[in-house]
Amino acid sequence: MNVNGVDHPAPTDPRRLLSDHIRHDIGLTGTHVGCEHGVCGCCTVLFDGAPVRSCLMLAIQAEGHQVTTIEGLAPDGAPLHPVQQAFHETHGLQCGFCTPGFVMSVVGLLKQNPDPTPEEIDEGISGNLCRCTGYASIRRAVLRAAELSR
Amino acid sequence: MAVSQLVGAKIHRREDPRLITGHGRYTDDLTRTGLVHLAVVRSPHAHARIKSIGVEAAKKSPGVLGVFTAQDFKDIIAGPATHPVAPVFAPDKKVNPPRYPIAREEVCYQGEPVAVVVAEQRYQAADAAQLVDVEYDPLPAVMEIEEAMKPGSPKAHTDQPDNIAWDATYVPWEATEEAFKTADVVVKQRILQRRLSPNAIESRVVMAEYDPFDKRLTMWMSTQNPHWIRLFVSGALGMGEHSVRVVSHDVGGGFGSKISPYPEDYLVPAVSKLVERPVKWTETRTEAVQNAYAGRGQIYDVEASAKKDGTLLGMRVTQLLDCGAYIGTFGAFQTCACLLAGGAYKWKAISSRSIGVLTNKITTDPYRGAGRPEATHVAERMIDLLAVELKMDPVELRRKNFPAKEEFPFTQNFGLVMDSGDYNASLDKALKLFGYDQMRREQAEARKQGKLVGIGLSTWIEICGLGPGAVTGPATGGVVLSESAQVKVHPAGGVSIYVGTHNHGQGNDTTHAQIAADALGVPIEQIDIRHGDTNEGPGFGYGTYGSRTLAVGGVAINRACAKVVEKGKKVAAHILEAAEEDIVFDQGKFHVKGAPDKSKAFGEVAFAAYGQLPAGLEQGLEAVAYFEPPNFVWPFGAHICAVEVDAETGNAQITKYVAVDDCGNIINPMIVDGQLHGGIAQSIGQALYEEMVYDQDGQLRSATFLDYTIPSMNEIPNIQLDRTITPSPTNELGVKGIGEAGTIAATAAIINAICDAVSPLGIKHVDMPATPDRLWNQIKEARK
Amino acid sequence: MKPAPFEYDDPQTVAEALDLLARYGDECKLLAGGQSLVPLMNFRLARPGRLIDINRIDSLSGIKRDDGMLVIGAMTRHSAVEHSTEVAGGWPLLTEAVGWVGHGQIRNRGTVGGSVAHADPAAELPAAFAALDATFRVQAKRASRLIGWEQFFVSEFTTALAPDELVVAVEVPRPQPGVGAAFVEYARRHGDFALGGAAVTIKLDAGGHCEAVSIALLSAGPAPVRATSAESMLRGAIVDQASIRAAAVEATRGLRPTADLHGSTEYRLRLLQTMTQRALIKAAERAKATP
Repeated sequence: MNVNGVDHPAPTDPRRLLSDHIRHDIGLTGTHVGCEHGVCGCCTVLFDGAPVRSCLMLAIQAEGHQVTTIEGLAPDGAPLHPVQQAFHETHGLQCGFCTPGFVMSVVGLLKQNPDPTPEEIDEGISGNLCRCTGYASIRRAVLRAAELSR
Repeated sequence: MAVSQLVGAKIHRREDPRLITGHGRYTDDLTRTGLVHLAVVRSPHAHARIKSIGVEAAKKSPGVLGVFTAQDFKDIIAGPATHPVAPVFAPDKKVNPPRYPIAREEVCYQGEPVAVVVAEQRYQAADAAQLVDVEYDPLPAVMEIEEAMKPGSPKAHTDQPDNIAWDATYVPWEATEEAFKTADVVVKQRILQRRLSPNAIESRVVMAEYDPFDKRLTMWMSTQNPHWIRLFVSGALGMGEHSVRVVSHDVGGGFGSKISPYPEDYLVPAVSKLVERPVKWTETRTEAVQNAYAGRGQIYDVEASAKKDGTLLGMRVTQLLDCGAYIGTFGAFQTCACLLAGGAYKWKAISSRSIGVLTNKITTDPYRGAGRPEATHVAERMIDLLAVELKMDPVELRRKNFPAKEEFPFTQNFGLVMDSGDYNASLDKALKLFGYDQMRREQAEARKQGKLVGIGLSTWIEICGLGPGAVTGPATGGVVLSESAQVKVHPAGGVSIYVGTHNHGQGNDTTHAQIAADALGVPIEQIDIRHGDTNEGPGFGYGTYGSRTLAVGGVAINRACAKVVEKGKKVAAHILEAAEEDIVFDQGKFHVKGAPDKSKAFGEVAFAAYGQLPAGLEQGLEAVAYFEPPNFVWPFGAHICAVEVDAETGNAQITKYVAVDDCGNIINPMIVDGQLHGGIAQSIGQALYEEMVYDQDGQLRSATFLDYTIPSMNEIPNIQLDRTITPSPTNELGVKGIGEAGTIAATAAIINAICDAVSPLGIKHVDMPATPDRLWNQIKEARK
Repeated sequence: MKPAPFEYDDPQTVAEALDLLARYGDECKLLAGGQSLVPLMNFRLARPGRLIDINRIDSLSGIKRDDGMLVIGAMTRHSAVEHSTEVAGGWPLLTEAVGWVGHGQIRNRGTVGGSVAHADPAAELPAAFAALDATFRVQAKRASRLIGWEQFFVSEFTTALAPDELVVAVEVPRPQPGVGAAFVEYARRHGDFALGGAAVTIKLDAGGHCEAVSIALLSAGPAPVRATSAESMLRGAIVDQASIRAAAVEATRGLRPTADLHGSTEYRLRLLQTMTQRALIKAAERAKATP
């Protein structure tokens, strides 16, 4: 499987979750695990470009596919991705634990809909839970990211 | 203090770049060479006797290094009262069951550890945990507070006399007799605060490495409170604090649930000692919902009285607090609600009593606000109930009973001194922002069309900034909740600041640096703020909770910086060849009084501080300060909420929400707004969505994120914020706290609005969470 | 929260998958989008001995029209249905219904066939398929067959599929021209399982009479419910507030939705009425707006 442009060998144990594989086998710990039952959205990665929950996929299923994680958006040294920049500017994060999942969801949303309305933002990002921000600043982050991406 | 440059400015957070790019260091991100994994076998019963534990099959499972039960820990973890219990406000504890990190004979809540399994891989540990064969003899579980109080009720612990943890009367009922006898109006209400599961999005993680050669223990963990954990764990493991290091880098939220010690905090290092390997335990979400120390869980029986003209007279409050199976380390802190139930108002007299009750549920402990949201909810609901009886506008009734701005410092009914306030100012601003009069007119119109629309207020206050030694010393059993900071200026002018508070999202790495940059007059980039490592900084840190980080910890930083400046003056006097008393420090420069061009930059003085100095002056430019605040600080504000209730679905929709809050001087407005938005959202969770639901046998029914419903973006409306600024006289920064304000304020505004919305149906009170089925049912009953 | 061990196969073709199903039958479980199965495995509430992952069978994905009928391959992701102009043009009820399925990330992975075969009574697509009189194309090594939605959904999480059978596609007849459709549901939070919901299609004549109507309910019983007596009540009647209210009451007559901690049976029953009523109003408005 290809993660952030780098090929990695296939996992050997079929029951290994994609989230665990990314974090503990490949060592990209920016993808977080919050619930392992597909509600919190912390583990969101792009799978062939579309946001998915990596805790609800087996690593073996990613064989032959492209996975992008938070670390792949702005590789070391590169400037922040517009979505990351927007989260920074709008105080879109506090403890930061849910943030990689949100960022990946927003990247996916804006790819599909570069100019979302407030309602579309609420609907599009409601698959991620944040306990710190109250979402106000995340809403602003999505609008700002759309602006920065134009 | 130098002319302020950074304090008060919207500075983007310095901690963001690593967190936004996936380079945070949360405990589960860390590993050690030779790391093994621990899984906990937990009781499926709320109350049972352990008959036998079969470990053979688990021991043979692939990758397993060991399976351990209570008897294996006998010589490693001291007992039985391993879990400390602070005597907060409740000196007359009656029943305080001893707690050991792993059950010996009796399990007293669902999820209590019974055995632990250690394996090479996490999946293997999970497999083996399922093979541990525990035979139980179920015992009757006591789940409801009032049931547990009855004589003859089943006991939460079979070896205890009853379930009454404490029964403390703060002011006896006789004291309010007059206030009720002379009243024109009396209202009575039972108000429920249901159990909440904190659910920080990062669950708890503990990794421990015991070095058998050096006999040192290092723990990496997700805690708000590394120094306290070191104190407790080193004591239980019979090690000196000097040989235990607790590291807590990035923490994914706490909300109070990561203050007190947990069983795993002892078990993981003990197992590392047993297997001589580094060990990690990562809590699953189900474990977190079930076993993170719960919030609230209280019943309030309240009476309030007033005169016809709206003058408040008396209040009587009984708090029944569900302690869970064991008294939480800081669980009794929630009794502070009894001292604060009068809210922002002048009462002739208040009586209050708290009864702590043991049940077969997970322990309750402080959860964001801890006692203050409950007090606010009581005060604000009672004011609205009185307003209905008095046929007064709730705004008018509030105003009539606020202490005036000039009356501060104001001593409230329980002798606590409210440091500063201007309650009318925040209310005025909120009313204007909300468009109160217009909204009331629109409400009247909507009601004519049969719509259930309502408006609710919460003119909340809180007490925070824990805290003055006279109160906190006895409350913790001896440790005064002051705060420490160490400032080290290195020879080339770089500044390292070690703080005893913790940062798990509050932005302290930024706001603390703002304070220090101003105090030292150096660029913020030159300052590094360090937290969360007990091997660094002062001897003790007190942690982050109770909205204390700025009002106590921030002041400690400011004072440590001032000490550094004082030392710098001595050094500057030497290199400027002037008398020390003639040295002036201004915006990062030391100059001679009356001769501003005869000056040395901060960096030059720092360098000189490590050079040759006159006799009697030591090298170095560093200082430690501990700040013990002389009083608490008292933030306040006004929240106003509009809702529309859909009678058909029972859905309560917040249609408008404004909040005008006052936390004294502000270091960084962006951070303050963020704390408020987050706090209000958490409060919306309590008001409308969240509740831990158990069945009669003590099984948690809301054990997943599907059933324990934390609001998502869709459920949180837009919230308009504004502020007033009334500096605190309690500290030289003039600051108060804001971390819990939103959570303290909002439930009352929302529920008051819902009660107002359904009041045309004759409904007087609605409890939390106002879920659709509950509201629908109440409306249906009212229409009968 | 980690799956128990299992054997794993990922066939590349339908034939290979059917071979495996024929060989292992009850011992194995098909893995489609995994958005319901993997959480159950993480909780260890499901412990299949063998997983047959059909995600690599390309021929099972896709949306096409076949003789006016919409044919959706079983492994078509929810998001593909959501964004299909073909679906939106002819079967807007499906577009509206699929938007209620979980959240974006779930819809990017979850599949139409998986949702149908899982047969959760709170699921959106089965109810929408019931309203649209869909048929499921089912294959086994020994034979293929078509199963109408009514026979297909047996009970909670139970279908008419034999252990060796695989759903390969869903056939949805084209609604008549002029039909208005609406999907309405209510959940605690957006994306949660519906406490109650209704999928409705309605066609009106020039005088405002109901020419044709279908009403299907979700979270109403062990399987999607078609409110046939309510449909006959409405057919031929003037569609107005009164007839809609009466139909909504009739639609829920005799239902006993299961209570849970989010709602009592009585609440859910009334909610179903409200949802039916609101769906009918919306669908009728849309029918009027359709030329």
